[in-house]
Amino acid sequence: MELLLDSLFNGVAIGSVLLVAALGLAIVFGLMGVINLAHGELMMLGAYTTYVTQLIFKLPILKPFYNSYIIVSIFLAFIVSGVVGILLEKTIIRKLYGSPLETLLATWGVSLILQQFVRSVPLAYGTGLVISLIIGLFLPTTFPLKIKESINFKYFKFSSWILAALTGVLTGSVISSTVSKLSRASARNVDVTAPSWMRGQVEILGTAFPKTRLMIIVITLISVIAITLFLNQSAWGMRIRAVTQNRQMSDCLGISTEKVDIITFGIGSGLAGVAGVAVSLLGSVGPNVGGNYIVGCFMVVVLGGVGNLLGTVLASFGIGIMTDLIGAGRLLSIWPDMPLPLSNTINFFATTSMARVMIFALIVIFLQFKPTGLFPQKGRMVEN
Amino acid sequence: MRISRRILAGLATASLAVTATSCGGGGTSGSFDDTVTVGILHSLSGTMAISESTLVDTEKMAIEEINAAGGVTVGGKSYKIEYIVEDGASDWPTFAEKSKKLIDQDGVPVVFGGWTSASRKAMLPVYESKDAFLYYPIQYEAQECSNNIFYTGATPNQQSEPATDFMYKRSPAAGGDFFLVGSDYVFPRTSNTITKAQVKQLGGKVVGEDYLPLGNTEVAPIISKIKKALPEGGIIINTLNGDQNVAFFKQIQDAGITPSSGYYVMNYSIAEEEISTIGPEFLEGHYGAWNYMMSIDTPASKKFAKSFKKRWGADRVVADPQESAYNMVYLWKQAVEDAGTFDDNAVREALVGQTFDAPQGPVEVMPNHHLSQTVRIGEINAEGGFTILEETGVVLPQAWNQKHPSSKGFACDWTDPSKGEKYKL
Repeated sequence: MELLLDSLFNGVAIGSVLLVAALGLAIVFGLMGVINLAHGELMMLGAYTTYVTQLIFKLPILKPFYNSYIIVSIFLAFIVSGVVGILLEKTIIRKLYGSPLETLLATWGVSLILQQFVRSVPLAYGTGLVISLIIGLFLPTTFPLKIKESINFKYFKFSSWILAALTGVLTGSVISSTVSKLSRASARNVDVTAPSWMRGQVEILGTAFPKTRLMIIVITLISVIAITLFLNQSAWGMRIRAVTQNRQMSDCLGISTEKVDIITFGIGSGLAGVAGVAVSLLGSVGPNVGGNYIVGCFMVVVLGGVGNLLGTVLASFGIGIMTDLIGAGRLLSIWPDMPLPLSNTINFFATTSMARVMIFALIVIFLQFKPTGLFPQKGRMVEN
Repeated sequence: MRISRRILAGLATASLAVTATSCGGGGTSGSFDDTVTVGILHSLSGTMAISESTLVDTEKMAIEEINAAGGVTVGGKSYKIEYIVEDGASDWPTFAEKSKKLIDQDGVPVVFGGWTSASRKAMLPVYESKDAFLYYPIQYEAQECSNNIFYTGATPNQQSEPATDFMYKRSPAAGGDFFLVGSDYVFPRTSNTITKAQVKQLGGKVVGEDYLPLGNTEVAPIISKIKKALPEGGIIINTLNGDQNVAFFKQIQDAGITPSSGYYVMNYSIAEEEISTIGPEFLEGHYGAWNYMMSIDTPASKKFAKSFKKRWGADRVVADPQESAYNMVYLWKQAVEDAGTFDDNAVREALVGQTFDAPQGPVEVMPNHHLSQTVRIGEINAEGGFTILEETGVVLPQAWNQKHPSSKGFACDWTDPSKGEKYKL
C-alpha cells in the first residue's frame, strides 16, 4: 500500500512537471498549429521572473511579505511570458501562419536570441524592458473608444510608447541601483530558494511527501482547471474554439480572428511562464533551463493527441508513472522473485538514462499504432 | 524536427566559435631582453564558460606575477611572457582546431588549456602528432598517460580513493552502505567503477548506482531508489556535473535525505565556486575532497586567495582547479629555466622532478607527467567553505588506476624509454 502510494505520488509528481510545461504548448501547438520552439525560453523567462521577484522581495520594504513571493511570481511570470509571447506573435509568427517550417526556424532563432539576452543583459534592465513592453502594449487599449477611433490615435499610441520607454528605463535603473545582484549581466546559473513554509515534507497516510512537489502539483491542477474553464465557459474561450474549428466561418460571423490569435498565443505563452516558476523550484535557473524541457513538451502533446487538453493531461501522467515504474525498478519490489532473465532486464533499464530510452521506444511503438496520439482530434489546419 | 534542433544548435555554436575573437595581451611593463608568447585555450563561451573563464583569470594572474618578478630567464636572457587567449567555445572539435592554430600559426612553445575530458581527448591527437605540449589542470578520471600532456589535476587515487576510505572508516556514516550518483558520461562512470572495486576491498557494500543524462534535472526516481536502498541512511557518492547538483541537493533535502537523518554525501565536483551557486544551506554537513581548499591556513594559500581577489574582485573565490592552473604556469617557467631553452623536448625532460611550493603545499612532477599532491577531506560549512577534517601526506599519482580492473598492475614512466605510456609493473 505504502509502495503503491509512493509510486503513484512520484509518477504524478514527475507527470505534473511535464504537464505544466506542456500545457502552454498544447494550446499554441494544439489549438493554433504553431510549432513554437521558443516555448522553452518562455519558460525560462518565467523562471527568471521568479528569481527577480525573490530578490525584490528581499528589499526592506517588502521583507515582511517575503514568504508570499512565490505566489506573486506565479502571476508576474504569467504576465511577463504572456507579453513576450504576444510581442512574438505580433511581430513574427503572424506573418508565418501556414508555413510551419519557417515558423519552426523563426521561433528557434527567437529562442537563441532570448537565451543570449538573459546572458548578456543585466536582469535589472531586462525587467525594465519587460515593463516598457507591458505599458506600451496595454496602455493604448485602455483609451476610450472615442480616442481610438479618432485620426490622431497614432499620436496617442506613439506617446504611450514614449511613456512606456521612460518608465522602463527608470525602473531598470532603480532596480539596478537597489539590488546589486541584478545590476550585472551574468551567464552563471542562479538559484531560487523556496520560502521556508514550502521546504521540508508533510506526512499523509504515513508517507512523507516533499512540499515543493505538492506545490507543483497544485500549480498544475489550478492551471489545468483554469484553462479548461476559460476555454469552455468564457466568451473568448468559445471564440477560440470556433476559430480552431473553422477560421473562415468564424471570420465571416464577426469574430476578430486576429484578436483570437493574440489571446490564444498570449495565454499559451503565459502558461509557459507559470511552468517556469514550477521548474525553478526543482533546479537552478539558467539560460538553458527551457531547452531541457522542450523535447518532453512536444512528446507529451504529440502522444496526447494534438489539440486535446485531456490527452495532454493523460499523456503527461502516463509518462510520469512509467518513468517512475521503469526508472526506480518498481516491478522488482512488487514481484521480488521473478525469473532471473526478466529481473536482469528490468535492472538494466532501472537507471534514469535507460528509463528515458525505454520510454521513448515505447512512445515510438505506440505512435506506430495510433499515429495521431491518444485522443485524435482535427485541429485547425492552418489555412491558405 | 526535435532532434534536428539539437544538431542545429551544435552547428550554430560551432560556427559562432569559428568567428569568436582571439585577443593577445601581456603583463606589466619592465625591461626585458625579449618576449615569449604562450597559448591559453579554454571555453569563453557556451556552457563551460562559467567554469573555464576562472582558469583563464588564474593563468593570466600567474603570468603577470612571473613578469612582475622579472619574467623567465633562459640562457642569461630575460623573457617577458605574453599570451594568446583562444576560445574553445565548449565545443570539443573547436579545441582541436584552436590547438592547431596556436601551434602552427602562432608557434607557441606551450598551451595551457582544457577542462572537460572530452576536450582533452579531442586535443590529444593534435599534440601527439605535432609533438607539442599541453598543460591540463583538472582533476579527472585518469586511465591516460600521454607524452605530450602534463596533467596537474588529481588522479582518482588522489581524490576519490582517500575520500571513499574516509567515508567508510571515519565519517559519521562509517560502515554504512554506499549509493553512487553521477552524470552520464565518462568521468562519473570510471570514477564509480573504481569506487565499487574499492568498497568491495574495504568490505563494504554498494547498494545502488544511477546516472542522470546531462541536462536532465528530474531526480525523483533516483530519490526513491536511494530511499529504498538506504532506508536508515548511509553514504552517497556524488559525481553529478554542474547545475544538476542544484536540482539534486534541493530535492534530496525536501525528501528528507539530510545529514541529520543519517545521509552523508561525498562530492567530487563541488568546490567553493559551486557551493556559492548551489547555496550552502543545501550543502551544509556534506563532504568534499580536493587537493586545494580555500580554507587552507598556510601563508602560501592565503597569499594565493588574496592576490586573486585583489586582481579580479573581492567577491571572487579560488578553488582546486584554479590552484592547479596556477601551479602549471609556475612549473612550466621553472622547467624552461632549468632546460635553458623553450624547446619542447628539453623542457619535457627538465619538467620531471620539478618541485613547487604550491598553495596546497609542496608538489612534485612525477615521471608519469602527473603531480604528487596532498589530499584533503572537508565538511561544507554554513559560510560556503570547507572545514578541513583530514589531510593526507603527499600522495603519488597513478595514471593507470590500481583498482580499476582494466588498468590494474600497469604504470606509466616517460623518463625510461623502455617503459613509456603503459608498462606492466
